[in-house]
Amino acid sequence: MDEHKQRMKYYWKRNIRIVLSLLAVWFLVSFGFGILMVEPLNAIRVGGFKLGFWFAQQGSIFSFVVLIFIYVYKMNKLDEEFDVNEK
Amino acid sequence: MDILTWTYLLVGFSFAIYIGIAIYTKASSTKEFYTAGGGVSPLANGMATAADWMSAASFISMAGIIAFSGYDGSVYLMGWTGGYVLLALLLAPYLRKFGKFTVPDFVGDRYYSNKAKIVAVICALFISFTYVAGQMRGVGIVFSRYLEVDINTGVIIGMTIVFFYAVLGGMKGITYTQVAQYCVLIFAFMVPAIFVSMQLTSNPVPQLGLGGTVEGGEYLLDKLDGVLTDLGFHEYTTGRKPTADIFAITLALMVGTAGLPHVIVRFFTVPRVKDARLSAGYALVFIAILYTTAPAVAAFGIYNAIDTVAGQPVDQLPEWVGNWQKTNLITVEDKDRDGFVQYTPYQDTNELNIDKDIMVLAAPEIANLPNWVVGLVAAGGMAAALSTAAGLLLVISTAVSRDLFRTFSPSMTEKRELLIARIAAATAVVIAGYFGVNPPGFVAEVVAFAFGLAAASFFPVIIMGIFSTRMNKEGAIAGMLCGLIFTLSYIIYFKFIHPELNTMEHWWFGVSPEGIGSLGMAINFLVCYLVSMVTPAPPQKVQDIIQDIRIPRGAGSAHDH
Repeated sequence: MDEHKQRMKYYWKRNIRIVLSLLAVWFLVSFGFGILMVEPLNAIRVGGFKLGFWFAQQGSIFSFVVLIFIYVYKMNKLDEEFDVNEK
Repeated sequence: MDILTWTYLLVGFSFAIYIGIAIYTKASSTKEFYTAGGGVSPLANGMATAADWMSAASFISMAGIIAFSGYDGSVYLMGWTGGYVLLALLLAPYLRKFGKFTVPDFVGDRYYSNKAKIVAVICALFISFTYVAGQMRGVGIVFSRYLEVDINTGVIIGMTIVFFYAVLGGMKGITYTQVAQYCVLIFAFMVPAIFVSMQLTSNPVPQLGLGGTVEGGEYLLDKLDGVLTDLGFHEYTTGRKPTADIFAITLALMVGTAGLPHVIVRFFTVPRVKDARLSAGYALVFIAILYTTAPAVAAFGIYNAIDTVAGQPVDQLPEWVGNWQKTNLITVEDKDRDGFVQYTPYQDTNELNIDKDIMVLAAPEIANLPNWVVGLVAAGGMAAALSTAAGLLLVISTAVSRDLFRTFSPSMTEKRELLIARIAAATAVVIAGYFGVNPPGFVAEVVAFAFGLAAASFFPVIIMGIFSTRMNKEGAIAGMLCGLIFTLSYIIYFKFIHPELNTMEHWWFGVSPEGIGSLGMAINFLVCYLVSMVTPAPPQKVQDIIQDIRIPRGAGSAHDH
């Protein structure tokens, strides 16, 4: 039982690490690229877009979608590894 | 066929589908009424969540707001999508595992306190009523503009339809109608956007068209920047609002989104924890289709309007200007009588006023699209308003029947509870309809409330409830109340008591009332942490619940504990 508890603690720790690393990217693409660093990034151009403007209006949203799917994939793998997945 | 016939045909057809689904999916138990029986597939739930989330404001007004505010409009784009990342990573899977029906349910159980639950119920009711009134108004406006009926008649027709499927079908009926409504609204939004993008930039993908070139080979956004600055306006692609405010508003909208009860409850309807995660991903994909197209529609719209109207002779304006002048959504007044339309940022010389809603509503006409597209946009706007209204009504009826009546009379039979839920939903429809017919003058202002309150009340308490085993009821109640009272007072002070002081130099830290929810949230987190440190830890039973919701295995469908 104690061993199980220890294992679940470790599972939770790994879970938190996944969440925090993904949230760091979440912050970077929206608040970072789209807001705080928007002016320097606007100096870079990709096609007809200023990069900062693009992140604020489209890039951040695309990134959000990708982030959630990475999360789904990583968590499913973690659940399996710790045998806590749903049958 | 003319526009009116097409509109009646398409709107009527979509209504027939919704009512058909409602009859087919009638709910027979409270479990079906509250969570659709817990057997909805993640894909269907994702679509339903998207329709639930995207309201009349997203569909009709958002592109227009962006068109006139340029970069500053990004707060809505990031704010109303970024919340889904928080929802997927921090809330949905754990609340699904917890496996009850409502947000106040969670607050009440996790904080072993009916007081905390009642505070949560009040927040949920306030947020949902604020929202639903706006939706009913949206339904009325679409009816009056496209079907040429009186706004009030429009509201009543809309009420009847929502009444039908929300009261009969509960969550089950709502979920499957929302799937249909999503298809209608996204089709209606994308068709004109694709056509306009082709015409302006010869790129069929609006998302790419925004970065494309217009006639003459210049990039659309560069040309727009140039044209606007020439007319004396601020550049399209850079901001006017202070960075601190942009930051705070975006954060408040994101966190508010993740704390809105009608969005959270959607994740109780899927069978497993992993479905809840996946479903949040699908929901954001479906939302992102509209939200990445909206900035393109915005730029195309303002470009077209300036190109075809500003500086043109008053007697040679395109036909759509005349059509929409009847609705007062666009007004042209040749003040200096020189025969040309001046478009300037200054009130005394400006001769062209364009309402933000026109960017979406008139897009098919501006682009000379066939009549059926106009009818389609009407059906889409209606779908967006109805789907959101239904989701909110469900939260209201659940809050009353389950969180209030069930809490005080635990021995109530299920049949009775279901009846009360239906009566509550019916009452809520009528109240919402009343506000739709007699809109309070402050509808726009109260939207700031809804997000601010959700951000400052629910979000921190739910997060702490999941991620801290030490957080106790004293901390939660104190945190919710402080966050709530701070946010409310700030908004009421600047919006109602001293609206004349509502300018940047008077705001705290340069944060407008729209963004103050993020400060409220910070206060909530801080207070609940400090108070919980000096009060006793939660009982063992609660600590066990927390350990249990962190592990996915063993999530049955939503049930009574």
